[in-house]
Amino acid sequence: MSTTLEPPDAPAATGAATEIHGVAVRRGDRVFLGLSRGSGILILITMAAIAAFLIWKAIPSLQANTANFFTTTEWFPDAQPAFFGIAALTFGTVVTSVIAMVLAVPVGIGIALFTAHYASRRLASALGFITDLLAAVPSIIFGMWGIQFLTPNLAGFDQWLSTYLGFIPIFQNDLGIYSRSLLNAGIVLAIMVLPTISAISREVFLQVPRAHIEASLALGATRWEMVRMAIFPFSRPGMISASMLGLGRALGETIAVALLLSATYDINLHITEPGGITFASNIALKWNEAGTIGLSALIASGLVLFVITLAVNMGARLIIARRSEFSGASS
Amino acid sequence: MNITGTARLAAVALAGVLALAACGSDNGGTSGSSSGSGSISCAPAGSIKASGSSAQKNAMITWINAYQTACSGTTIDYQANGSGAGIKDFINKQTAFAGSDSALKDQDKTDADARCATGPAIDIPMVGGAIVAAYNVSGVSKLILTSDVLAGIFGNSITKWNDPKITALNPGVSLPDATIAAFHRSDSSGTTDNWTKFLAGTSSSWTFDHAKEWKAPGGQGAKGSDGVAQAVKSTPNSIGYVELSFAQDAQLPGAWVDNGSGTPVEPTSENAAKTISSATVKGTGNDLALTIDYKTTTGYPAVLVTYEITCEKGLDAALVPLTKSFLTYTASDDAQGKLTTTGYVPITGDLLTKVRTAVSSISA
Repeated sequence: MSTTLEPPDAPAATGAATEIHGVAVRRGDRVFLGLSRGSGILILITMAAIAAFLIWKAIPSLQANTANFFTTTEWFPDAQPAFFGIAALTFGTVVTSVIAMVLAVPVGIGIALFTAHYASRRLASALGFITDLLAAVPSIIFGMWGIQFLTPNLAGFDQWLSTYLGFIPIFQNDLGIYSRSLLNAGIVLAIMVLPTISAISREVFLQVPRAHIEASLALGATRWEMVRMAIFPFSRPGMISASMLGLGRALGETIAVALLLSATYDINLHITEPGGITFASNIALKWNEAGTIGLSALIASGLVLFVITLAVNMGARLIIARRSEFSGASS
Repeated sequence: MNITGTARLAAVALAGVLALAACGSDNGGTSGSSSGSGSISCAPAGSIKASGSSAQKNAMITWINAYQTACSGTTIDYQANGSGAGIKDFINKQTAFAGSDSALKDQDKTDADARCATGPAIDIPMVGGAIVAAYNVSGVSKLILTSDVLAGIFGNSITKWNDPKITALNPGVSLPDATIAAFHRSDSSGTTDNWTKFLAGTSSSWTFDHAKEWKAPGGQGAKGSDGVAQAVKSTPNSIGYVELSFAQDAQLPGAWVDNGSGTPVEPTSENAAKTISSATVKGTGNDLALTIDYKTTTGYPAVLVTYEITCEKGLDAALVPLTKSFLTYTASDDAQGKLTTTGYVPITGDLLTKVRTAVSSISA
């Protein structure tokens, strides 16, 4: 075979072969390779450009700042002298996101499991459609609904928490005011990230090989045992990815949180008391009236959020990479 | 074409009449503005852009509507993107004038002068406002507070409605034994700046100076004047500072302020106008940057003045006719008269004369 195809002038042929690695190449392949490689490079350039822009714009405020940028809670960049830090922003962002994840991950995965493996097909598609619809609601609607409807109606629940679980420091409420709290913001964020988590988890659960599920059922496993032994190990990287995408939205949510939080720049562990501020909502609230240093300071805070998000995503990648070695996917 | 044009004019006029009639009931005592919209001396067709203070947004909408209706072919586009952004737009030559809650200062003044090629940038006070301590306490229709007590409430040292300091000022009024839910602005805002200027200027117990950001401890933040008004409206036993128009729209009563004379002053447009007209001009020439006397006992003291900032000389020649004509209109009796019915405070007396002189000095 090979002798008939191989042309006699070998040097020219090998020259072509090294370039194309022995695979037939047409112009379309080259164009596609160029396009996809270009896209890959473009995203790297974009990220680098964003980082460079943020750093460049952040420098003036960091030079003008007379307080410790990392440990100061106050935010007065336009004062003379400038005085601001990200401690309260970091605290509020982390706390609201943690509350959102604690509430949304179990529920989101529960919805996904139900739609993928428990519900009848008709119910599943209806439920899937409705959760996906939740993702299409603009965040300002969540904010307005949260502040005008949910906050007043959560006051009773918050009060109950502080009355009966007040011995746990985070639920303690010394003010007697149950409104515009980190807890309420976290609850609204949980609703906002729910569709992301449940939609991706659902798709992942549907990818579990039929054979795994049938094998575990055939061995006498109950539904729950099947979920635990066949579905979860196979889907774990996907569930982590889904949660991380949700976390990304929670960390960066802007206008809903701006409407919901009381915007006080302190570190208060009592999550049912009014207070708290996050990176993104602080930028939204201060941008319009900020002076030169104020704008630069907001960009500096944006840079920190950028780094936090990057770190969270890299952490998630690391976990996924490690887990996949002994998950059902590779065994 | 002609018919639709007439119909549109009629519709606008009708809407205007309805709006005036609807608002008129709130301010029984204000003198009706003469409806001489024919008095506008129009600029040739053209368009200008302006941006800045959201505090004067509704006044601008009213004026722009009236001006554009009277002067066909003119377009004035006012973006209420905040005073800071407005000044930046003006400095970057994107707008013909900026609306601002405070007069130019420091670096902004230098930059704005540089933007005006041949002359200084001037601050022209155009729209006044009153900041009201709007409250929601059931059964209390008239509440009297001093600036010291207001400083105590917003500075978190007076926390109960039946605090002796409040009850002493309001004999015969039954105030509840409830925590005061004090609302401030969570976004940085000229309203906060002016409110804290008033507190800092009148009360020695206010130790937080003044700033666009809220510095005092305690209380709750809400976004925007509408956010504060809505929060006060929906929270029993609450109080918050908002501009007069927002208190009127939400039908919230405002506290009368006693500035030490023993005669409390009601927060009305008329009473606030007295304070503004007695302000002293600290700017030079046609720069009418004002210093407000917050300790006044005759007018309502918590007032703010928003300025239009433009070039006295050196504005791009193409922009001058429309800018000057529009600002001449806004300084007219007719335009200023429209302010009282929209919850703003007009510029009156000698100050208004100075404003007109400043506007007439604008040239390329």
